[in-house]
Amino acid sequence: MASTLRFVNGRVYDPANNIDGEVRDICIKNGKVVDSLPDDTPSIDASGMVIMPGGVDIHSHIAGPKVNLARKLQPEDHRHDPHPGTNFTRSGSGGTVPSTFATGYRYATLGYTTVMEAAVTPIGALHTVEELHDTPVIDKGFYLLLGNNIYLQTLLKEGRHDEFKQAVGWWINKTKAYTAKLVNPGGDEPWKGKRNSNVTDIDEKSDLLNISPRDVIEAFVKTVNELGLPHPPHIHCNNLGHSGNYKTTLETMKTAGDLRMHLAHIQFHSYGGEPGKNPDSKAVEIAEYVNTHPNITCDVGQVMFGKSTIMTADAPLAYLLRGFKKGKWVNADAECESGCGILPFSYQEHVFTHALQWAIGLELFLLSEDPWRIMLSTDHPNGGSFMSYPKLIRLLMDKEFRKEEIGKVNQKAIAKTNLPSLDREYTLNEIAIISRAAPARALNLKHKGQLGPGADADITIYDDQEDKEMMFNAPRYVIKSGEMVIEDHEFRNDYYGKILHSAPEFDEEISEDIRPFFEKYYSIEFENYGVADHYLHEHEIIPRVSS
Amino acid sequence: MSLELSMHTRPQVPLEAELLGPDKTLGLDSKAVSGLQIQHGNEQVTVGDFFKVKGKGEGAIHLEGDLARVKLLGSGMTTGKLHIHGDVGEHLGVGMSGGEITVDGNAGDWVGPEMAGGRIVIKGNAKHLAGSAYRGSAAGMLGGEIFIHGHAKNEIGHGMRNGLIVIGGNAGDFTGVNMLAGTIVVLGEMGIRSGAGMKRGSIITMNPAEMLPTFSYDCIYHPVYLRLLFRALRTQGFNISDAKLTGKYQRWSGDSVELNKGEILVFTP
Ligand SMILES: [Zn+2]
Repeated sequence: MASTLRFVNGRVYDPANNIDGEVRDICIKNGKVVDSLPDDTPSIDASGMVIMPGGVDIHSHIAGPKVNLARKLQPEDHRHDPHPGTNFTRSGSGGTVPSTFATGYRYATLGYTTVMEAAVTPIGALHTVEELHDTPVIDKGFYLLLGNNIYLQTLLKEGRHDEFKQAVGWWINKTKAYTAKLVNPGGDEPWKGKRNSNVTDIDEKSDLLNISPRDVIEAFVKTVNELGLPHPPHIHCNNLGHSGNYKTTLETMKTAGDLRMHLAHIQFHSYGGEPGKNPDSKAVEIAEYVNTHPNITCDVGQVMFGKSTIMTADAPLAYLLRGFKKGKWVNADAECESGCGILPFSYQEHVFTHALQWAIGLELFLLSEDPWRIMLSTDHPNGGSFMSYPKLIRLLMDKEFRKEEIGKVNQKAIAKTNLPSLDREYTLNEIAIISRAAPARALNLKHKGQLGPGADADITIYDDQEDKEMMFNAPRYVIKSGEMVIEDHEFRNDYYGKILHSAPEFDEEISEDIRPFFEKYYSIEFENYGVADHYLHEHEIIPRVSS
Repeated sequence: MSLELSMHTRPQVPLEAELLGPDKTLGLDSKAVSGLQIQHGNEQVTVGDFFKVKGKGEGAIHLEGDLARVKLLGSGMTTGKLHIHGDVGEHLGVGMSGGEITVDGNAGDWVGPEMAGGRIVIKGNAKHLAGSAYRGSAAGMLGGEIFIHGHAKNEIGHGMRNGLIVIGGNAGDFTGVNMLAGTIVVLGEMGIRSGAGMKRGSIITMNPAEMLPTFSYDCIYHPVYLRLLFRALRTQGFNISDAKLTGKYQRWSGDSVELNKGEILVFTP
């Protein structure tokens, strides 16, 4: 492969470097962006094209035991969507939960080059790493589920805060994770122990360990910031999907004080109304809080109509949904440090709740004032497949199209929102922020989401088209680490990206405290737990950050 | 004139012949049909590599030779006739919605999975999963008729939602498993666990059958509709005695782990 590449005459959107649609050259050498190349370097003419950094997805579910269970649960989803191989790429199967190979290639065909898997149990980390090795093109990492960990919560209950910090450091190192993920913090364990006794309030103390979700959240915000993990605790709040849950979401954000915190798929947490009754929109209240608190970042978790797959560590939620749907579902991870529920789902325009969820997501995008802190996601495959991102981008950029689409959905739901009165249209620069520059910044991936000298040469080049859905659906060129992976819409090369992870400092002695607990309760040997160094292929440790 | 295909070379591994249906070959001459691309294992081949083709596509196809390694014949068929003068491989008439397929010999697994209409007649035996749902699908056969004059194996009518399956001989285990509705008639003997997980629908058998503990005995009676059904089946060449036509049947309800609105009718001489 050519180790140098030059694109000339393209319009560049590189918001991290304040470049907003300027026509300029992009030069690539040895996998990095460089200032210039010798004059005789051949050039590719990119006139009429839009150049952006490769997409960065901050919250998606693409690998690991729960993803694989979702694949096994839905052979029909795969049968209807084969993904043929090419001379350069491997075959796979698609649907809402594609096979590993199809996942990587399909992200690449949308111009995405970095994706974070958002929920992995520590015991599933090795499986996740193995699957990520087989997920081509993209660089990737994963967040570690630690919000329902009996050992850690026992330390909290006993007030052993330093040991708590050391243990979190141990777990992140042991599993090669990126940061800590909290899902329904403090709620899954009591639910597993006692049928359907989920916590419903952030200050409700579980009768299991007598600590509240707020105790857990506070401890993680403090600890993750102290450990200097490159991304703050990534939080799926309590009460996801329940009417009136916006109060829990506001309280969760307040718990951060002025420390960094990331709220996952915040759309699912922005509902008003009484518990058990129909929800309404509290997008204004949530957006207002996010707008005025620069320590908070979030991704939207937009709902897109059509087939989806609910997969979550929020086992009580999946249990609740399976009661409405009466179809097949799986409950898993009951025996390890988290929970898990999976069920096939479909969002429909005429259904009140689904239309409301769709509208609230769009409201949040349109009401948020700082695109650097609200990021594009569908919580793939929960709100819809990542394959629907181009349509979502069009909904944000084209108010006439949005108006048409609003007309097609349940109008009673629309009446509960401010969506029809929002005229904002995202610019290409803002799209470049929410889909690459902002997630890269929130992840502290300094070489990604930007095209300055020294940046990773992860680059996407689109034909500039009026129809933004068409445009974002089919980039003409996708370059990963300087390799031309897609050229003229066709794969020209296969590429395997690396695993991105953290390695915070911690006191090794903590493992002697964990070991007895482990030997008493776990089903595998302490030595076999986690991801040993030799399992990693290409990888990169993202350095600690000071908050 | 119809299309006539006779096999001149036996495939080493299955041929995937979903393009060979009377509607998909309509208006094609023998040369065009010979040139159709089909899959042979992991290779693309042409129909002509394995078949000698005569005639023209005018709504009927006759196939001759050992077709036990030819899969997916008549997939998605909507109309016309497909006649196989011998044995045939798996996945015959997948999702067909109209027309008629006749097999003079035996058929493989998956006869008429998820079919919505039309008729499949197997004069010999069939293997597993006739009229079934593919793994993961919510529903199997949605309509139409499958007549198997010989024996059939396990999971006949798995998840079927509508339509009629008749087995002239014996059926294996799990007949009508997870059935949503529809009718299955077994003139021979049925294996174990018939109707497991069925919600609605009828399974009718002429011989004593072992009932799951989640089925409950209702009564013995003479269902009038059976006389109508059996008279129709006689015209299709099924041998049904007058005693069965007018006789009494035990009725069992199940499966009580599901809706409990299904029934198994057992002929009681
Ligand atoms: Zn998620």
